[in-house]
Amino acid sequence: MTAAAEGQPVFGMTRARRNALLQSESVQGFALISPTFLYALILLVLPILVVFAHSFWTQDYLTTDHTFTLENYRIALTEPIYRDLLWRSLYISLTVSFFTVILAYPIAYFISFHGGRHKSLWLFLITIPFWTSYLLRVMSWKVILGYNGVLNSGLMGLGIIDEPSTALLYNSSAVIITLTHAWAAFAILPIFVSLEKVDRTLVEAATDLGDGPLRSFLRVTLPLSAPGVLSAALIVMIPTVGDYVTPKLVGGKDGVMIANAIQAQFGKASNWPLGAALSVTTMLVVSLMAGATVLIIRALQRLAR
Amino acid sequence: MTAMRRFFSGGWLTVYAFLYIVFLYLPVIFLPIFSINTAPTPKFPLTGYTLKWYQDLPKTPALLDAAWNSLIVGISASVLATLLGILAARSITRYRYPGRRTINGLIMAPLVLPEIILAISMLLVMLQLGLSLSLFTVVLGHVLICIPYSMTVLTAGFEGFDRSLEEASADLGESAFGTFRRVTLPMVAPAIISSLLVCFTISLDEFVIAFFLTGTETTLPIYIWGQLRFAAKLPGVLALGTLLLVASFVLMTVAEILRRRAARRTQNEGGLYA
Amino acid sequence: MPEQSERPQSERPQTDRAMIEIRKVTRSYGAFKALDDATLTIREGEFFSLLGPSGCGKTTLLRMIAGFDNPTSGSISVGGQSMEGIPANRRPTNMVFQSYAIFPHLNVEQNVAYGLKRLRLGAVEEKRRVEEALAQVSLTGLGKRLATELSGGQRQRVALARALVMRPKVLLLDEPLSALDKKLREQMQVELRRLQQAVGITFVLVTHDQYEALAMSDRIAVMFGGKIAQVASPKEIYQRPVNRQVADFLGGMNFVKAEIVEENTASLVVDTLGFGRVRTDKPKAFVRNGGSATLGIRPERLRVLWDNATAKFEVAGKVVERHYFGEITHLIVEIPGLEKPLSVTETNDFGADDIPVGTSIRLGYDPEALVAMAD
Repeated sequence: MTAAAEGQPVFGMTRARRNALLQSESVQGFALISPTFLYALILLVLPILVVFAHSFWTQDYLTTDHTFTLENYRIALTEPIYRDLLWRSLYISLTVSFFTVILAYPIAYFISFHGGRHKSLWLFLITIPFWTSYLLRVMSWKVILGYNGVLNSGLMGLGIIDEPSTALLYNSSAVIITLTHAWAAFAILPIFVSLEKVDRTLVEAATDLGDGPLRSFLRVTLPLSAPGVLSAALIVMIPTVGDYVTPKLVGGKDGVMIANAIQAQFGKASNWPLGAALSVTTMLVVSLMAGATVLIIRALQRLAR
Repeated sequence: MTAMRRFFSGGWLTVYAFLYIVFLYLPVIFLPIFSINTAPTPKFPLTGYTLKWYQDLPKTPALLDAAWNSLIVGISASVLATLLGILAARSITRYRYPGRRTINGLIMAPLVLPEIILAISMLLVMLQLGLSLSLFTVVLGHVLICIPYSMTVLTAGFEGFDRSLEEASADLGESAFGTFRRVTLPMVAPAIISSLLVCFTISLDEFVIAFFLTGTETTLPIYIWGQLRFAAKLPGVLALGTLLLVASFVLMTVAEILRRRAARRTQNEGGLYA
Repeated sequence: MPEQSERPQSERPQTDRAMIEIRKVTRSYGAFKALDDATLTIREGEFFSLLGPSGCGKTTLLRMIAGFDNPTSGSISVGGQSMEGIPANRRPTNMVFQSYAIFPHLNVEQNVAYGLKRLRLGAVEEKRRVEEALAQVSLTGLGKRLATELSGGQRQRVALARALVMRPKVLLLDEPLSALDKKLREQMQVELRRLQQAVGITFVLVTHDQYEALAMSDRIAVMFGGKIAQVASPKEIYQRPVNRQVADFLGGMNFVKAEIVEENTASLVVDTLGFGRVRTDKPKAFVRNGGSATLGIRPERLRVLWDNATAKFEVAGKVVERHYFGEITHLIVEIPGLEKPLSVTETNDFGADDIPVGTSIRLGYDPEALVAMAD
């Protein structure tokens, strides 16, 4: 008897109604967000456009020549020093995002699947160091890896080495270690969120259909959490390419990155157009790399099925 | 296979998780440890306990200036970012309109852009606009990078906010302003305070943007940066750093507690994690 | 068949005065009409239900009465006063929200006292009114509980008390029972009905649950696609639906094609394939549409004729399916000449649950149970 009522077609909102609703709502919604939107336009979009414009100009001491030129890009892409810095920055950020994701995944998995009642406590514990000053975290690595630092003195105290090693600090490995540590929390959160969305019964279904724990993980959990892995990789990769503090503090001569060169153009060298061209190049290259990462992870995701 | 089973059932993972926590905390812990060590260089073995590095801090006028500047910048930036965040979060959670996602993406973009790019591009525009670099320009920059965090905290706080609560208030005879005062504000207050604390913490700790956008004034991170060149100043920097760590820790813990209270009220889990 | 009188179910006599008058109300969103030219009078002291599937416009109508939405055209008046331009906070109506909308930062007492605060009654009177309202919904003693500490049923009672304490002319209820489980829902139906009779306030309930509407209401308006299809007492709606859509929504019904042979002012004579030539009452709202009509009969109005029992009107057929439902059994019976088999609901007192599939049986019916509907 109830079938009649339940089987009744549901009269959803038609397109016309939705459009009309949108109109009255959009005005209010847009008005409300416009101050923030304007702020972002003026301090984010406009500045980036200005940088873009500058990259096609030239500068002669204090005056800017507004004639269009690609000279800055020629320098940015062909001068060995900038090319090397760019390559190194890309290499470092790729390595860092690889390691942060690899190290972060098991933690995110642990918290999501075995965190139990303490899930939010674990997350809190993991995010807290992230909220402390970035500068201080980098500084602490300098303290650890320094010639007279914690690691050297500790290893000497244990009798493992006889004299302080200079290999620890002031190279790209130091930069990679420091950045991997500094961005750890940023990688855990997106992976955790995507793992939380994995329907637990799917894992049970895979097990029920004969998959062992490793297989069900590889065939169900991992592919389903791929979006989280992807955003984790990107969220670490993009900002680290342009990191300024870490290479400056622990990178030494071998660990200099593109951001340091950009800064130099706006500081001592005072060649804004070149600095702008370097910035635009960095943004473009990092976008390409991000795009490639998206494609690779998507391909891997398909492969797993 | 049994090893595998144990791995996925959490045995080894638990061990790994604890090691990971150690990896996260250990470097940071060295700052407080060496800040109370008598030796001026941070190395083992520890030489003895002292508070003299801390006692020296208030005797440094430049440091006090920097602290005062940081406070001013932090308060201004957090208030402005939270105000802009409230508007945007309210708009995003309550209204549906075309371009909503794009605008949201744009507002959140500073979160994933390299800071150096943000810093130099703002620097260029500010100089072009003829703004002289000062704490004010630092505040402008900090507001931009704080808004995404403010938005994250506030949207989580607003999302669970049932629209019918405001309707119920109107239905029971309350005016629009009365509804805001008696229902909306108390409901979202924890999220707002949480946003203020988060933004203040970010501003307090932020270096790159402040470094590029400030004139002659320094903030605490800029002060620390300057001191890092002098090996002899390191213990003082460690002491100052420890104080900053403690401040961040306390602020973020309070923010988290408030966020959870807000989440419980609106029966909405998530916040910074979602 | 005698004229079905509009028999109020409540012991409390209703007046015939109109409490809510809805005149030609349309609410359109662009080209879409959420409510299309609705006219309706709800009487003072009546328990009135707006029944229909989701999207039929019932909630839109309720929200317009409350003042959360405004008609595109037409007028609404409550207690003889036009509601045009009057905002929700100054209307003599109060609402129980579907989500209950209990203020989570306030305790039960504070929730109930929320609207009273503005009336500045003084602490003593306010407390008395709150206590009285809590007693009405059997929540005495829970005043200090936080909203988050309440069960679904309790939250619903708080929502009721919070609205009733305002002594509105009309209490609006937006699917108030839909969030409760079946048992609690049935219990609350009885309680809501009792409460309404005790306080004597006009209740307007929105629901998509036909049993809820039938069980509680004095009158029901059935709505489809923004239009009001029928307004009548529960019995009338159930027994004499104006069309197939209403009949179907109110529960299962067998439909049989019929050819109109003769039409009089009060009756119809039709020819059907399974039931032969039948004379039935002509419903008031019946408007002929061509030469054919539909005849409907509820499954419980067909009864199995055992052994040699006979009825004045009967049809013969064969059981093709049997479904057991505890106190009743549902039989699907094929009748020669009918394209669709008949559904029959039979109580299990006489062993309907033991009739084997394939048995030839006879079904008796009362011609009054046959209702004619325009095609």
